[in-house]
Amino acid sequence: MSTWVDTPLVLVALTGLLLVASSRLTRCIRIVAFQGALLGVITVAVHQHEFLARPLMLAAAIVALKGAVFPWLLSRVLREADVRREVEPIVGYISSLLLGTLMLAISFRLSAQLPLPTPAVSSLVVPVALFTTFIGLFLIVSRRTALMQVLAYVVLENGIYVFGVGLVQGTPILVELGVLLDVFVAVFVMGIAIFRINREFDHIDTEQLTLLTDWMS
Amino acid sequence: MLLALLLIPTLAAIVAYGVTNDAVRRLMLVTAVAAHASVVAATWATPPASLFGGWLRLDALGRLFLSITAALSLPAAVYSVGYLQRESRGVRRDFEEGLWFANAPEATFTSCLLLFLAAMTLVTISHRFGLLWVAIESTTLASAPLIYFHRHHRSLEATWKYLLICSVGIALALLGNFFLAVAASNHGGAPIPLVVRDLTERAAELHLPWLRAAFILLLVGYGTKMGLAPLHTWLPDAHSEAPSLVSALLSGALLNCAFLGVLRAQQVLVAAGQGAFGQDLLVSFGILSMAVAAVFVVGQADYKRMLAYSSVEHMGVLAVGVGVGGAATFGALLHAVNHSLTKAMLFLVAGNILATYRTKSALEVRGVLRVLPASGALWVAGFLAITGSPPFGPFLSEFTILKGALAQGRVVVAGLYLALLAVVFVGMATVVLRMAHGAPSAPTEDTPDREPLLAIVPPAIIAVIVLVLGVYIPGLLRDAVAAAAGALG
Amino acid sequence: MTLAPIVQVGLPLLLAPMLLSVINRTKAVVAGRNGQPWLQPYLDVLKLLRKGAVYSGTTTWVFRAGPTVGVAALLVSTALVPFGGRPASVAFSGDVIVLAYLLGLARFFTVIAALDTGSSFAGMGASREVTFSTLAEPALFLALAAIARQTSSLSLSAMYGGVGVGTWAVAAPALALVTGALLVVFLAENARIPVDDPTTHLELTMIHEVMVLDHGGPDLAFIVYGSALKLWVLGALLVGLAIPARTGNAWLDGAAALAGMAGLAMATGLIESSMARWRLVRVPQLLVSACVLAALALLLMLR
Repeated sequence: MSTWVDTPLVLVALTGLLLVASSRLTRCIRIVAFQGALLGVITVAVHQHEFLARPLMLAAAIVALKGAVFPWLLSRVLREADVRREVEPIVGYISSLLLGTLMLAISFRLSAQLPLPTPAVSSLVVPVALFTTFIGLFLIVSRRTALMQVLAYVVLENGIYVFGVGLVQGTPILVELGVLLDVFVAVFVMGIAIFRINREFDHIDTEQLTLLTDWMS
Repeated sequence: MLLALLLIPTLAAIVAYGVTNDAVRRLMLVTAVAAHASVVAATWATPPASLFGGWLRLDALGRLFLSITAALSLPAAVYSVGYLQRESRGVRRDFEEGLWFANAPEATFTSCLLLFLAAMTLVTISHRFGLLWVAIESTTLASAPLIYFHRHHRSLEATWKYLLICSVGIALALLGNFFLAVAASNHGGAPIPLVVRDLTERAAELHLPWLRAAFILLLVGYGTKMGLAPLHTWLPDAHSEAPSLVSALLSGALLNCAFLGVLRAQQVLVAAGQGAFGQDLLVSFGILSMAVAAVFVVGQADYKRMLAYSSVEHMGVLAVGVGVGGAATFGALLHAVNHSLTKAMLFLVAGNILATYRTKSALEVRGVLRVLPASGALWVAGFLAITGSPPFGPFLSEFTILKGALAQGRVVVAGLYLALLAVVFVGMATVVLRMAHGAPSAPTEDTPDREPLLAIVPPAIIAVIVLVLGVYIPGLLRDAVAAAAGALG
Repeated sequence: MTLAPIVQVGLPLLLAPMLLSVINRTKAVVAGRNGQPWLQPYLDVLKLLRKGAVYSGTTTWVFRAGPTVGVAALLVSTALVPFGGRPASVAFSGDVIVLAYLLGLARFFTVIAALDTGSSFAGMGASREVTFSTLAEPALFLALAAIARQTSSLSLSAMYGGVGVGTWAVAAPALALVTGALLVVFLAENARIPVDDPTTHLELTMIHEVMVLDHGGPDLAFIVYGSALKLWVLGALLVGLAIPARTGNAWLDGAAALAGMAGLAMATGLIESSMARWRLVRVPQLLVSACVLAALALLLMLR
């Protein structure tokens, strides 16, 4: 049933838009956690016509990792960083929302130009995957706190994961697990880095990380 | 044999982390790297068998890059013994800002160094695109602690930028891998496995729009790791804040491994008949990198950043070489060898200068030839080599690329290439020569009477090799490079 | 069958004020009170009709025409809006645009009547109202465009007649987004919380109320009745989409739709009881979000 795949995909797009429009860090962490849980639902829904054990394990791993472990890790960093919870983003709220909608339209347009050789589970997979990737890239560029940049990286990986799970039928589950492991390690390492950044600089505003630059000299 | 290549550094890393005696650990480092290098030398004699159904295979292209990596690791390991002895435990004062900081534990440094070597080895021998991606990602994760060896805020900033930018690039490369998988999906039949050999043999069955999109993503993603402009912004920071031998390995070996990722994608494109598409992109990125490097090298105040921008420029040269194609591909791969060796030597020498003068500012360093005669001579020789002056190696390779470009009638590309090389030459000349001559400005209490051997011999040996390569290319090397270039069309 | 047209025309006219009383009673029950009698809005309208009006010397014919034109436009709109899956009394291709512009006409005359008084409060309310409507109208248009795309027609009756259980089964996510957008538009256009508080007594916080402060007597009766009609019109658009009962039996579908309207009114009452009015700077964000939801739904339909 296509609705089982379509609805979580639309929700993923909505969470992307919501993320673009939020500036409170705790709220953003929860939205990304919800997005991770949605990925688990999509994993199971895509493989619903096949033997379910392995997709279920993968989905459980994703929900555990992205829905629970990452938010816990990042909340802990946030708590110890003692940072202002609401930082003005570089691009304002309404502009971000409108840019997000524009990116959504572009994703649909691009996916129309890339016709799929084999029909996918749902025609929404490619647009939503591209859109989530764009949102991740946009957030990395337009957000200032290091924590938001890590969240944006997770969103970027989420978009790529949607693409992987929805389209590439022949990919063994091993690859997906590998991707998951990679994200975990990367976020773990970045979390440690942020922790140290806060200890050294007393803030996690990357706009102010400009000691090493060539433009001033 | 391939397994030995991977297992030696990995196991050594694990063991080295547990060893508590510094001298034993350093000995382990050198022996492990030496063992690795000897296995690499053995592969030249007898080609190893492929493993895991073609996932791990050592072809001509991979062997070339693997040899560069191994050839650099050995001097770096020897140099590191002396370096780690100097950077003893305890709190130290920072040169630039006078604040106190500590170094990372030596065990972490040593094991990360070995893991880094293992990851780079994996990059050169993996023929399955997914595994290649995993390997390049692990080089990022293994080298981040190396950059953060001196634990202060500048190196933390550099490490953060490195982690974030390279991770984003690698994520884009992952998307490129998925696009490649779609391109290789066989209209619902059994998909073509993402192994280089299968993809090149069945290239006619690949879906072109997805293949092209995949190449763009792989170029951008791995190009970030390689240091192509405009994705190079992590390079100067990481290279200026990392210890010099880490910078040597980063510039000399890591950038090449990332370039290998791009080359594998180009191999598939060429087999599918889309070589021109990839080549145009490579030339554009290459010229852009050279231009950006030229702008930032002129008037650069920090000599390690200058070397970093020089790396960006040479990555641009490599991209232009492969992008032009034909004879220039041979030149580009030869240049990979030359540049790695020369840049590594330059970074090691820069480390010596830094240790003595205690400043990274090129404006404050004077009279290197007098204070550190051996290092000074190597410094000037290295500058001449890296900017493409005869009789050194890079001159030959850059000239080959130029000849290839002109032979294809690409006059504009050749003209820009020459002009930008000249600009970099002038920029670096002012910095290096000013540093080399003049009245010495080193703090006298740190000036050694005699330079430590471990800090001189490794770069000196590399310098000699570079000089030899400028005059005579051994038949073995020539055949190897030709075979590698042949794989790229 | 001769009864049907009369019922169809008379139903909104008769039942629209009931929506007001359902909303008010829900709010009262939530607050622990009994609330006003069920027929209170009718009694209010009748009382006001019997009263006389006082017109200020500084106003012109515009001030007198405002409420009249408003209620007239809304009466015509009730004839355009389909209810219970049956076609409306007046239906032609493109009546979507006419509906939107009738609502705009009513709003326009309310605003200029308010400006005609020369009162600064009225001007302030007018500018706020127009700002919010500027943002709410694209949301409404995009939402209706999404439904039009799904049912491939530009007539409201055909659009709403075509939205059945089958349509929901095929395009549930997009239609859910459209429902959300239409709900926000419903709350914004009818001056409900979180956009505007209809029970506030402070002129500085009023948006819609302040524009009608100076009207009295029959004019005020027209305004109260007109607001009930507007609730009905926009509610019918929302309920027609949300309750996809199209069994073919007119009485069943009508009863389902009536139940839906009552449910909508109760939901509005609950929303009003459970939150306060949002800060004025946040309301545009809410309306832009509604636009984005509707745009997303349209994009989903377009592919």
